[in-house]
Amino acid sequence: MAAETVTPKRLASAILVAALVAAVVAVLTPLIGSTRIDLGRALSGMSPEREVLFDLRVTRVLLAMLAGGCLGLAGALFQALLRDALATPYTLGVSSGAALGAVLAMTVGWKVAATLPAVWVAALVGAAVVLGLVMRIASSGGRMSSFTLLLAGVTINSICLALILFLHSTAGFVQSFAITRWLMGGIDPVEYSTLAWLCALVAPGIVFVLITARHWNLLAVGEEWAQARGVPADRMLRMGYLAGSLLTGAVTALTGPIGFVGLIVPHALRLRLGADHRVLLPCSFLWGAAFLAVCDAVARTVLAPAEVPVGVITALLGGPFFIWLLRSKRRSLWL
Amino acid sequence: MSATLEVSEVGLQLGGARILEPISFALRSPQHVALLGPNGAGKSTLMSILAGVRGGYEGSCRFQGKEVREWGRREFTRRVSFVPQAVRIEFPFTSEQVVLMGRTPHCAGMFETGEDWKAVEEAIRMTDVADFRRRDFRTLSGGEKQRVLLASALAQSPEVLLLDEPTAFLDLRHQIELYRLLRRLCGEGLLVVTVTHDLNLAAAYCDRAILLSQGRLAYDDVPERALRRESIAAVYGVEAEVRRTEAGRPWISYGG
Repeated sequence: MAAETVTPKRLASAILVAALVAAVVAVLTPLIGSTRIDLGRALSGMSPEREVLFDLRVTRVLLAMLAGGCLGLAGALFQALLRDALATPYTLGVSSGAALGAVLAMTVGWKVAATLPAVWVAALVGAAVVLGLVMRIASSGGRMSSFTLLLAGVTINSICLALILFLHSTAGFVQSFAITRWLMGGIDPVEYSTLAWLCALVAPGIVFVLITARHWNLLAVGEEWAQARGVPADRMLRMGYLAGSLLTGAVTALTGPIGFVGLIVPHALRLRLGADHRVLLPCSFLWGAAFLAVCDAVARTVLAPAEVPVGVITALLGGPFFIWLLRSKRRSLWL
Repeated sequence: MSATLEVSEVGLQLGGARILEPISFALRSPQHVALLGPNGAGKSTLMSILAGVRGGYEGSCRFQGKEVREWGRREFTRRVSFVPQAVRIEFPFTSEQVVLMGRTPHCAGMFETGEDWKAVEEAIRMTDVADFRRRDFRTLSGGEKQRVLLASALAQSPEVLLLDEPTAFLDLRHQIELYRLLRRLCGEGLLVVTVTHDLNLAAAYCDRAILLSQGRLAYDDVPERALRRESIAAVYGVEAEVRRTEAGRPWISYGG
């Protein structure tokens, strides 16, 4: 089944399955948590059940799904763009830029910026600065290629990590704890207005990546290959990096870095559905959304009332599953 | 209307090294041109300039009288297709998906149309790759890969076909079949440029041989006149014996 060529019918059925799974996850995971909720009381608007369900659980699940979707999509995109199966949303430094901004805000004790939490704003600014820097450095030799992009991204990434380490070492005890928690990544309940902001921020990136899905097939083979078939490789690289960074930066600002989703979701899907990005990209978004919401549900219940960092769960659930998939399915075709 | 590629005073310098001295020639369909010369003579560089995937050259390279770099990419690649020496693919694309990519300049929407599929089926038939159309491209042998790449270029329905060493990994039968296919395509009006190291196949099937040496155009003539003892010695530095086949084509033996 994996080798079948993409037709509208096959794309529709792959998306339908993924969307159904995501919908089931969206309905069921809010019911899971450290305390049991009486659904009847919550739905009839009684306190505190209504607040726990709709203001804490539902917003948290929605954030997890949006973040997981964006990370899955950005992972698939960056793997195509860099032609590197091991690329992640974090390879090109944007998330480190976001982390540097957030850590800076926490170190200097900056709390609020124009009614928004300063950490978010600083993280977004940090991501944007890194984005601009990497673009500039990568295209300084005239034409941008995935190779110059990779070099510039990895270098800036290291510099940001060094600066984070430095800031962390100067921080006081309380700030240091906050920084450590943030760098672990995690999903917290947010306001609905925050979710709306996040949606508005990532929507252009998602739309761009999905409507250019066919072009990413060619760019995943090579820039010259794409160019010899009418795809403007240089412009697509720039726009793709911009879009992927928008997704990664916006999500990282709210959740911190959450590993593994962007690596494992596209890979598992490639094994099942093949490499065609018309199927791979939308499915990476939907399965990424479902995967992170499930991982977060596990993270908040497995040691309740304590919470496990969700990055621990994504790796501990995703890793063994991926190895099983690798060994059971199409082993001969993998390498 | 015939397709024309005019190269005038095209040269290229890369990082201080002179890759191509200014060279000039004109190609007009239907014609099968062999581009010959030793390693590092500038053949692949010239091909990538003709294919419009390399800029930064001096002089002018025109397709249908219009500078190649001024053509819209989509328009240009609907008419000119290019098969590079080798393509490394990291992801599990099937052969069929690789062939389908050739339709990109013709197909604006998200999905291939019936016409696209017709061109793809035809290309798959012509290159004899149907047996492994559903297989992961990475698992194919070198020769099978080359035939899939050729199919992808043919699916582009080009007027000009640029092939960089298309027979390097092919077995004998597929080498001959490829050259026969190219001859047939020229009969249908295509302009084909083939980079190759096989002088005998070039001599047997091509209408014209262009020999490059150290970035310079050394010979440009019909194979009978371009492939002589002296020219082979001058370009390749090899003592060769040139005979004639029954069809009057040069037959070159060397290293004996």
